[in-house]
Amino acid sequence: MGEQVFMPKVQAEDMQNLNKICLTLQKGTFKSDINVDFKVGQCLALWGPSGSGKTTLLRAIAGLEKAQSGFISIGGEVWHDSSKFINLPTCKRSLGFVFQEASIFSHMNVKDNLEYAVRRNKNKLTPIFWENIVELLDMQRLMHKFSAQLSGGERQRVAIARALLTSPKMLLLDEPLSAVDVHKKDEVLPWLEKIRQELSISMVYVTHSLDEVTRLADSVVVLNEGVIVNRGSVLEVAYSAQTPFHTQGEAQGVLVEGTVAHVDNKWHLIELVFVGGSVWIKDQGFKVGQALRVQINASDVSIATQPPIQTSIQNIISGEINQITQQNHPAECLISVNCRGTVFLSKITARAVKQLELKPGLPVWIQVKSVALLK
Amino acid sequence: MQDVLDPSILQALLLTAQLAALTTLLLLIIGTPIAWWLSRTKSLLRYPIKTLVSLPLVLPPTVLGFYLLLILGPTGPVGRLTQTLGLGTLPFTFTGLLVGSLVYSLPFAIQPLQNAFEAIGPRPWEVAQTLRASPWDAFFTVILPLARPGFYMAGVLSFAHTVGEFGIVLMIGGNIPGKTQVVSTQIYGFVESMDYHKANELAALLLVFSFLVLLPVTIWGQKKEAVANG
Repeated sequence: MGEQVFMPKVQAEDMQNLNKICLTLQKGTFKSDINVDFKVGQCLALWGPSGSGKTTLLRAIAGLEKAQSGFISIGGEVWHDSSKFINLPTCKRSLGFVFQEASIFSHMNVKDNLEYAVRRNKNKLTPIFWENIVELLDMQRLMHKFSAQLSGGERQRVAIARALLTSPKMLLLDEPLSAVDVHKKDEVLPWLEKIRQELSISMVYVTHSLDEVTRLADSVVVLNEGVIVNRGSVLEVAYSAQTPFHTQGEAQGVLVEGTVAHVDNKWHLIELVFVGGSVWIKDQGFKVGQALRVQINASDVSIATQPPIQTSIQNIISGEINQITQQNHPAECLISVNCRGTVFLSKITARAVKQLELKPGLPVWIQVKSVALLK
Repeated sequence: MQDVLDPSILQALLLTAQLAALTTLLLLIIGTPIAWWLSRTKSLLRYPIKTLVSLPLVLPPTVLGFYLLLILGPTGPVGRLTQTLGLGTLPFTFTGLLVGSLVYSLPFAIQPLQNAFEAIGPRPWEVAQTLRASPWDAFFTVILPLARPGFYMAGVLSFAHTVGEFGIVLMIGGNIPGKTQVVSTQIYGFVESMDYHKANELAALLLVFSFLVLLPVTIWGQKKEAVANG
């Protein structure tokens, strides 16, 4: 008897640390069953091409889109349970939503927009929380402006601050950077990273940008036509050859996570060690033992069939060819090379593949020309 | 000037103003939920409802008046209801006139409101609810302020259109001085009795009034266009 009472309690405690989302959605012609779990405080990226159903899923989590059936429990708070006929309206779900395009109320200035959220927040906010958000997102100098007077990036920052002022359990973001100019993304992205670090709030982030995924997400769900085609940690999904990350306009590449093993003060370089090898990268004040995540683009990786000597390239790793895939352009090939556990991608010409007689299983040396630091 | 202060003319002016003001007020209250529903719904019912609401734009007022007379009359369905409720029948009363005006000017309230709601789009409404505003709260704090120009337009047009109605008033109200005689029917009465002088004074008054009412609407419309064109 005692055990039976004890068991559900453990489950309840588990649920408090878990965000569980199961939804059956019908949109147009496709029907989709989505089942996603992730830990409270983590950021889940929903990734997929446009029309893959990621926005519909996000809206259904918020209750803005009707789900046929489902179960949503956010940190133990049940928002939707069709078996018990529970389906909270959007205004009763403790969420923050950042829409794709500007959503600042145009008849109020920034301050009134922020206060709109505060006034409706049932948890009485401490002035410190307000101060924190205002400072965290640098709102002070925008307070008396109206939507029309703000840049795209500023508008999204206001929208993010306003969403946070509802003190949500879950922040839902629908491609918040897509309406922001490419070169202005840095007006928003660093703030989102700050929120990740300082507020440890659960987030679901819809995007089609690998850069945003790698900078913000802990785990990724890849959607295509309403179906989950891949899921896992950012590293797992980015490695995977099935992940259509590699077919989109953005740079193709892989992510590598490693730890700083040496700091070379003479040449201002550090050695980042990962499974199967290491790379030297520019020192930016790192400490030994620190974990770093780097992106290595396929176009920055070349292949040699002999150990290269007399080359300016410092990062040479030995491995074995995994797979050779023809790219959209007939001149290009994408080679995946397994370097004792870590897979790299290299984009070279089809002619080079022929001249070097590359084929799966061949031992090769990859030369890494540049490494982009992500975290 | 003495003629204008003629008690019957004053009475008609007052009655017209009362009718127009009450019609406008009621139309804004009735029209708002209908326009809101029309701007949001994807139901197929929206087509017949939209058409029904627009009918007074194309139907001769006499047709509307005739059917209202039948429906509200002693043998009509509404007429029977009002009689059993002890309210008597509505034709040839101010209330009957009001009902007629409401029907006749309905499209002039609905269309500007619907356009305003459609221009706002679904986003602010959704945003408000993600900020914990209940649907009512969201409507009053976000939709109403954003749709203010639409309400202004709907109010002005309903008022002006009610002042300008004639056929339906004649059909349903008759032309009873002090009870259902409004400015437009009184002008008709003056012309019938060959009193062109009084008819002219009243007609000119209505002309000036209509111009002054429509002028700001036109200016506002132009400004909006200029803003939209950058």
